Amino acid sequence: MSILIYAESAEGKFKKVAFELASYAKKVAESLGTTVTALTVNISDVSELGKYGVDKVLKVSNDKLAGFNAKAYADVIKQAAEKEGTKVVLLSSTTDSIYLSPLVAVALNAGFASNVVGLPVSTSPFQVKRNAFSNKAFNITQIDTDVKVLGLAKNSYGLFESTGAAAAEDFNPTIGDNDFGVKVESVEKVSGKVSIADADIVVSGGRGLKGPENWGLVEDLAAVLGAATACSKPVSDLGWRPHSEHVGQTGKPVATNLYIAIGISGAIQHIAGINSSKVKVVINNDPEAPFFKVADYGVVGDAFEIVPQLTEKLKAFKAQHS
Amino acid sequence: MKILVCISHVPDTTSKINFTNGDSEFDTNGVQYVINPNDEFGLTRAIWFQEQQGANVTVVNVGGPDTEPTLRKALAIGANEAIRVNANPTDGFFVAKQLAEVIKNGGYDLVIAGKESLDYNGGMVPGMIAGILGSNFLNSCTALTIDGNNVKAVREIDGGKETVSTTLPLIIGGQKGLVEEKDLRIPNMRGIMTARTKALTILEPVDAAVNTKAVKFEKPAPKSAVKLVSADNLDELINLLHNEAKVI
Repeated sequence: MSILIYAESAEGKFKKVAFELASYAKKVAESLGTTVTALTVNISDVSELGKYGVDKVLKVSNDKLAGFNAKAYADVIKQAAEKEGTKVVLLSSTTDSIYLSPLVAVALNAGFASNVVGLPVSTSPFQVKRNAFSNKAFNITQIDTDVKVLGLAKNSYGLFESTGAAAAEDFNPTIGDNDFGVKVESVEKVSGKVSIADADIVVSGGRGLKGPENWGLVEDLAAVLGAATACSKPVSDLGWRPHSEHVGQTGKPVATNLYIAIGISGAIQHIAGINSSKVKVVINNDPEAPFFKVADYGVVGDAFEIVPQLTEKLKAFKAQHS
Repeated sequence: MKILVCISHVPDTTSKINFTNGDSEFDTNGVQYVINPNDEFGLTRAIWFQEQQGANVTVVNVGGPDTEPTLRKALAIGANEAIRVNANPTDGFFVAKQLAEVIKNGGYDLVIAGKESLDYNGGMVPGMIAGILGSNFLNSCTALTIDGNNVKAVREIDGGKETVSTTLPLIIGGQKGLVEEKDLRIPNMRGIMTARTKALTILEPVDAAVNTKAVKFEKPAPKSAVKLVSADNLDELINLLHNEAKVI
């Protein structure tokens, strides 16, 4: 009755969320007196998972699963959970895992809680704390089914190494042709840039930057910090930046370690999208901008003067500390 | 083509969020309700299919009588008819089960639900409907075209997008991109008047397990005041981010 995690990977390497999920699972397993099993798909070296508390790895190698397919992957997770007699299945909050989780929950007849932000509040009854109301509140959710599915919110637990090695075992689930009703024709990834989903730091620009021609300011600062770039809703509405960079209630949620907002006044919908970020820095020339009320650090002044200076200073700082 | 758009009735995004009854219930006092924004993009796309390809659009909500103004608004925007499943939407699985029943009985070709509702943010209902019905399912859908039974769509992925093909019947979890925000419809006077005459069917719920329950709510701890750093002293900001916040 080991805990099962789906350890996500891309291009042969585990994503950071896989290790965060393993760290979290290890702690939950300890409180339930059980072990952690990870399911991997088409990845050869799974040894890293052991470092984060995984006891056993079910390795699936199958060309049919070369590209992500929610229905097929959910089917594989279901079979792994049944094989292990799992009572708790853990998934992350990547776009793929959010796609998968409800399918897994239905397949296992399991209660499902998404956006979970911490270890279970109680394991009997099983209760978890999760984000709700667009990060304006938390909700303690009780899961009453025998099998439980949890979706862990991004960056909500952290990475914790432990000792031990994971024993790997090949796993050959049955994959039916009817799992492939949706076919991927092409994939377009933004190359050479840190994506918002993978980023620990996000630098975001708003209308205060006056036009798309000034986006170099945001990009230069992001480059120094190894950060992803984002923008407010008006900026994507005006077409200065693509919608995929729009952060907010109807855009992308951001839960990073550091969020830097430049020239964004802080509409309630934008704040809702970034509220889960740990540290917020605001640079704005309006001292009354609502963003200052939720920020940890703020600089009042002209972004066109401050941001290039900050970029230079950070460059020097990074050079010193690398 | 028969389209069903699932509508969540959610607090307006600017609503103050408070709880009552020992923090066990959402306080609806003074809260304005709207069509869930992710559903609104789907509704507008459905109306486009109605106008361009002759689709019939039904909207559905699982909720009490208090949600009917939201359904009437969807009718005023252009939906042909509405269904309300008369039940308290206790958890995602319960809602998905009710909607799956409506879909099974109504023979819909395309079901559009927002990828997430902005109250409980579960993001589970469209996927659960697909799981229950065994239908083709596409989440985080940002573009959708239909030719006969063939569907081409785009979905958002981490760090990019992918183009997919599939066939009807199909369930999608939709979002902004299905239409742009500037293209969202606002009910006009004619729409509001006609909405009054359109059918709003009330169905009783089917039995369904309630797998989860919201037992308590909490609000985040009050935040300490922002630390302002002078624009002339950006070294101090770097110092704070490095030594105090430990994020760089």
